[in-house]
Amino acid sequence: MAHVEQLVGSYRAWASNGAAQAPAWLKDLREGGIARFHDLGFPNMKQEAWRFTNVAPIAEGSFALARPPARIPKLEEIQPFLLLEAGYRLVFVDGFFQPALSTPFFDDVQSLAHVVAHRPDLVREHLGKYAATQDRPFSALNTAFVHEGAFVHVPARATVEYPVQLLFLVTSGKPVVMHPRNLVLVDREARVSIVETYAALDDGVYWTNAVTEIVVGDGARVDYHRVQREGARAYHVATTQSHQGRDSTLNLHFVAFGGTLARHDIGAVLAGPGGTLILNGLYLLAGQQHADHHTTIDHAADHCESHEYFNGVLDERSRGVFTGRIIVRPGAQKTDSKQTNNNLLLSTDAHADSQPQLEIYADDVKCTHGSTVGPLDPRALFYVRSRGVGEHEAKRLLTYGFAAEILGRMEVAPLRAQLDAIVRGRLAEQ
Amino acid sequence: MAGRGTRDGGRVLLEVKGLRVAVLGNEILKGVDLAIRDGEVHAIMGPNGSGKSTLAQVLAGHPAYTVVAGTVKYDGKDLLGMKPEERARAGVFLAFQYPVEIRGITNSYFLRSALNALRRERGEPELDPIDFLQVLEEKVKAIGWDDSMMNRPVNEGFSGGEKKRNEILQLAVLEPRMAILDETDSGLDIDALKTVAHAVNQLRRPDRAFLIVTHYQRLLNHIRPDVVHVLADGRIVKTGGPELALELEAKGYDWLRDGVMVS
Repeated sequence: MAHVEQLVGSYRAWASNGAAQAPAWLKDLREGGIARFHDLGFPNMKQEAWRFTNVAPIAEGSFALARPPARIPKLEEIQPFLLLEAGYRLVFVDGFFQPALSTPFFDDVQSLAHVVAHRPDLVREHLGKYAATQDRPFSALNTAFVHEGAFVHVPARATVEYPVQLLFLVTSGKPVVMHPRNLVLVDREARVSIVETYAALDDGVYWTNAVTEIVVGDGARVDYHRVQREGARAYHVATTQSHQGRDSTLNLHFVAFGGTLARHDIGAVLAGPGGTLILNGLYLLAGQQHADHHTTIDHAADHCESHEYFNGVLDERSRGVFTGRIIVRPGAQKTDSKQTNNNLLLSTDAHADSQPQLEIYADDVKCTHGSTVGPLDPRALFYVRSRGVGEHEAKRLLTYGFAAEILGRMEVAPLRAQLDAIVRGRLAEQ
Repeated sequence: MAGRGTRDGGRVLLEVKGLRVAVLGNEILKGVDLAIRDGEVHAIMGPNGSGKSTLAQVLAGHPAYTVVAGTVKYDGKDLLGMKPEERARAGVFLAFQYPVEIRGITNSYFLRSALNALRRERGEPELDPIDFLQVLEEKVKAIGWDDSMMNRPVNEGFSGGEKKRNEILQLAVLEPRMAILDETDSGLDIDALKTVAHAVNQLRRPDRAFLIVTHYQRLLNHIRPDVVHVLADGRIVKTGGPELALELEAKGYDWLRDGVMVS
């Protein structure tokens, strides 16, 4: 527990110094977060939600709160992580907002710290209202350190033309922890596409503990993409929680390439009737990488549709964990929910755990789920080879297909191209 | 064993001699002899379990089968010593009875990868996506189809008929010298069957031989074979011209089985 005390101590120091200027409501939110984290401590593998993921390297590690970067990277250094010149962009380095690298838009696409000062009511109404903390120590810890992160607000009926890019880069080189906190508010009938990327310019040890809350208003449509390409020795823990209104559409895309240990809790609540949700995810792992995706789709209203597709490609000694929890609340009639999780094992030492969890409390619903874990299908391999493609290339083609199936659902072409290049690069190493 | 209807003087492209094949220790082909000349269309008919599909898959190099004895020469080379991809590059093509779904890979990407593998073998430059689309369009038009299936993942969500058509489309683009059709007619309604047969007829050429494996005679109403073989219990028990197919349709397979037992 020494580390819990260390984190609480670091919170006390921060709260009485750097964060002392915050409004009372925000201080209360933080205090609630640290108290909760102190009570819960780090999770252990005896807990059902953490059965397959050991966070000891984080719990027993020593991480100082990140400080402002000594040197701000140049635009050309961050170019490989960006998609388009056009559009709004928020760039954070070691957790700190970088106006010189960003193209914000008034108080609507801005750093959270700025909006807390300038539009406190809007933030206060939503911040911390969606991402649970009562049984989530990491989310509670993030809430204790709420300060900086991305804020995106799209007013009613507005359409944002280009994807909004949120880039979180680490350059520190020291074992630090960052708690980025993002809030996305899309009002009724508005439309926006967002790309949130985590990456590093340094391959040192660090820990990202991120929380993103996404609120989708009635009739709005949001395409949300989250790319985790952290450094090879990074720890990445994250919560993404969405809340959808009536007749809204939310497409959530997740790609996890990086980090040595990654845990992502994804929660989606369909709170109004007629909502549509897509959860589309890919994890591509090698070496000793461990990635755990813990998803919960909560059908709280009737006539909603959810489609969840997660593919894992696991090489060498890597391990992928997928939990797909689907809750259909009483009264959520005519729910149509489909879940698939396919895991491709490229090595006999790779391992995947896949567990669907269906909790259905309504009687007129359609819920299906399926999962697979295994090597390449020998029938498919023969089929491809019988067309003249060599064995090695045929394997690569089939493996690529596993990833391409997920990437193909993303509508932002430059993002697809960027991810496609990463996937091809990874497969070429084999 | 040159049967009736063969064009004498043509070069033998595929020569199967004494082929015995087992799967999981179970012998399925018990000594097959077959010779196909350039440009000929041979049909292999036979009851379920006779070994027809095994023969087709062994020729394409399916790894599940063990060749116990016999030889197969293709274009003078030892076919059985070649990997599946080497056979394809040498011009052997199998239209699968059960085409396999490939998630995430579009038909056009798949087919371009395959065509480029063949082109590399022939020392020709690879085609980029745009050049490939042109080639594809030509080939597709030549058999009277459209390319609406090309941007869908390979065989995924295809109807039975679409899967079979897709096999023939691949044949049209890859231009093999020895095309083997494994029960391409199974699962097709009569309209789909006519469409597929029409395409195959468009693809017949003096330098392209066909081996058509089928359970029913009806496909052969639309694709007229030069030679018909009957395979029963792992052996070719009868070889004849197109009229043999009609005879089988009328009489069924039992009389041949009995014949084998008597002889």
